[in-house]
Amino acid sequence: MLELIEQFDVIGAFWLNIRLAAVSFVLAMVLGTVVAILRLAPVSVLNWFGATYVTLLRNTPLTLIIVFANLGLWLQLGIEFVPREDNPNFILENNFWLAVLGLTVYHAAFICEAIRSGVNTIPVGQSEAARSIGLGFGQSLREVILPQAFRGGITPIGNVLIALIKNTTVAVAIGNREIAYQMRNMMEFRPDAGILIFLIVAIGFVILTLPVGLGTSWLSAKLAVKR
Amino acid sequence: MSAQQVLFDIPGPKARARHLLYGVLGTLVLLGLLVLVLIRMANRGQFEAAKWTPFLESNTWTFYLLPGLLATLQAAAVAVVLSMVFGIALAMLRMSDIAPVRWASGVFVEFFRAVPVLIMMIFTWQMLVKNPTMVGLMDSLGLTGANATFIAVVVGLVLYNASVICEIVRNGVGSLPGGQREAGLSIGLSSAQVRRAILVPQALTSMLPALISQIVVITKDSALGYIITYPELLSRTRQLGSANANTLAAYLVAAVIFILINYAITKLAEWIEGRQRRTRRGTPGGGAPTEDEEQAGQRAAGAALGAQARAGGTQR
Repeated sequence: MLELIEQFDVIGAFWLNIRLAAVSFVLAMVLGTVVAILRLAPVSVLNWFGATYVTLLRNTPLTLIIVFANLGLWLQLGIEFVPREDNPNFILENNFWLAVLGLTVYHAAFICEAIRSGVNTIPVGQSEAARSIGLGFGQSLREVILPQAFRGGITPIGNVLIALIKNTTVAVAIGNREIAYQMRNMMEFRPDAGILIFLIVAIGFVILTLPVGLGTSWLSAKLAVKR
Repeated sequence: MSAQQVLFDIPGPKARARHLLYGVLGTLVLLGLLVLVLIRMANRGQFEAAKWTPFLESNTWTFYLLPGLLATLQAAAVAVVLSMVFGIALAMLRMSDIAPVRWASGVFVEFFRAVPVLIMMIFTWQMLVKNPTMVGLMDSLGLTGANATFIAVVVGLVLYNASVICEIVRNGVGSLPGGQREAGLSIGLSSAQVRRAILVPQALTSMLPALISQIVVITKDSALGYIITYPELLSRTRQLGSANANTLAAYLVAAVIFILINYAITKLAEWIEGRQRRTRRGTPGGGAPTEDEEQAGQRAAGAALGAQARAGGTQR
């Protein structure tokens, strides 16, 4: 088992999944918060933009988004994230960022919904109190609503992060050499050890996602707003 | 805090003017982005007639898109049916009275919920086409490599979604009033009979919206078959794109198809949820419970909780 892990650099492949997940999660949090604010805003046009974004992105397969980022955005529209000159790793690096782009826009829709479910945990009195002391919409959102929404939405946000970690495997569709790529490689060369290879990869994902689940339930208990 | 209006006061004339300004600014920003994309597309010749006229020809649909859509729907439909069957069976096992059965099914469910669907698909596919024992088995059954990708897609989808459906059913059973189970036991049913005849059917009805939403997940995830060369809609779209040199247009059309299907399923789930809320409880023939019945149900639930606590909480 150890020999398999070393021979095929399983750790290095998983490291790419971790990097994809980390970068995409941060960007998806930012974009998801923006979309959530659009959906909560008092302007109905902005509500509609937010709702349409969520509907479109949630109903599109992630595979399609990521493949589209590569074949459409890059090859057809020429969108490049890294300099092409003197860069032997241009394709690999560009594909990394195209996968990040796809993972970000897809999971931002789910983050938006997670934040909105966090907003639903806040008692009405909070925003009434915020308005009664004269805070405007933006101020009450920033000072009262969103901080509590993030704290109340930790569990759904954690679930999105777990899904995001598992979904980084889809990046193989555009040639990222992450664990799904490596697993296929391993099974090509060692078809006799198929079940062992599957268990190595599967346990790797259990190790990656289990702490997130435990961490979010610990955090959501610790940060729960006392009412 | 569900009502939007709770977050802000009813706007006065000044606020209305300001909101109008925000709305116009937001629209302008979005239109600006859209124009940038369109200019980029135009500069790259994406609006040439040759890129879009193929969608008016019947060949495009009969050779590429419809067979792809059919393959997607086939894999999704088989996976939906099998996931429901195995999911309900797993839920029964996870609520069993026999502790080792509960543990084993619990480990199974937690394990397959943690592993990405794609990993299970690649594993099944590579086993079927590379592993000597499995290849021999495939040959003796008269199955080919094309069958292998279909089987792999379905197996991957079923292992994950059966585990998720198991948890949905278990949640549904957990949210039933405890009196249901007690009533079943008191008329002499065994606890397995109570689960099969009383608890699970009610759980399925009340969890119908969640179960239908899972169909959207299965349909979307069937697109993972693209990666293991299953000839579903995305694979066909790619072929179409290279045949007509209109990759971008082809993928946009495929996206629209996926969004329409999934949006329709989501709307169905929402409609059923709304209908259930109107009739209070989705149980057939149950009708709306009166106030007294509801209170009695709550008392029974409380009593059942107490009984569970005394019995060491064996229910979950």
